[in-house]
Amino acid sequence: MNRETPTEQVISDLHALTSPRPGTLEGLHRRLEDSAIRANILDVAYTTIDTPVGTLLLAATERGLLRIGFETEGLDKVVNDLSREFSSRVLKSPKRLDVVAFEIDEYFNRRRTSFDLALDFSLSNGFRLLVQQFLSSIAYGTTESYKQVAALVGNPKAVRAVGTACATNPLPIVVPCHRVLRTDGGLGGYLGGLDVKAALLSLESAA
Amino acid sequence: MPFENVVAVHSVTVFRVCRAVVGPADADDAWSETFLSALRTYPELPDNANVEAWLVTIAHRKAIDIVRHYKRIDSSSDVAVEASANVSMSDSTKRELWDSIRSLPDRQRHAVAYHYLGGLPYVEVAKIIGGTTDAARRAAADGIQNLRKTFIPVESKGA
Repeated sequence: MNRETPTEQVISDLHALTSPRPGTLEGLHRRLEDSAIRANILDVAYTTIDTPVGTLLLAATERGLLRIGFETEGLDKVVNDLSREFSSRVLKSPKRLDVVAFEIDEYFNRRRTSFDLALDFSLSNGFRLLVQQFLSSIAYGTTESYKQVAALVGNPKAVRAVGTACATNPLPIVVPCHRVLRTDGGLGGYLGGLDVKAALLSLESAA
Repeated sequence: MPFENVVAVHSVTVFRVCRAVVGPADADDAWSETFLSALRTYPELPDNANVEAWLVTIAHRKAIDIVRHYKRIDSSSDVAVEASANVSMSDSTKRELWDSIRSLPDRQRHAVAYHYLGGLPYVEVAKIIGGTTDAARRAAADGIQNLRKTFIPVESKGA
């Protein structure tokens, strides 16, 4: 009588015995998020939310909201870019984005006309940062032209640079670059696509 | 690669390795300490590094701290049985296999876990447990051989 277990069976039983139960790894992930936040080493927390303009990616540092990404950009690509260009200490961790998600939800339900959020402009600098910080002063339901914005930030000749600053806004919707149009009323450009820009303007004008 | 993707890719493997090395009661702690420690130093990891080997190396160091406790675990306790996901094994079979794994000399248990569960080639196993590649291969083979002798599934006994 063979009293030895076959090698194949030992190895397959080892795998079976060490398998996680359903839900175990999800629980461990949440525990990792919490410990990383407590240890101050979660540089970027992100999550995704569903909105009338598609799925949005929300990413935040300890200091505030860092990036909002549109589906058209490729949500994986947005996370990969943050990892490469900002910090690779990135975890999917919705908790840090709870308030952001709540306010964006209110915005799309026309119960909010301005955002009350801490913003982290680490991804911007120079003239772009100046323009992007100015954009929040354009009121809900109103628009300015690229040319007007250039004048208002004190550099009337920098119309194209204003266009670039809007196109590279890391925090669309919350920083309302969609409220900047061409002088002739044309939509200009938009990171999330012109249909998204039109949808946001329509949402605000119907309020 | 964002650290989130590292967790997604290696989560299960590191979990298996932790369970085999420190036992079911402390595997969650070992997994958590491994990934928290990995997150801390991840930005300094070279792009061409073997991420799996790096994680298992960290898990190994964490396990050393925890393993003395493992030696004291009463394997017949419900922890060993309840923490096991697999439903096709009877409780007594699970207990018997845990007993066999726990009884292995440390080097053999480590070599078996890192090669057969961690999927590391013996050259990487040797870097973690010390000694030559051949010695690591022998330790894993001896470990499997010992499990074959000591772990007799209850179902097949007396067959």
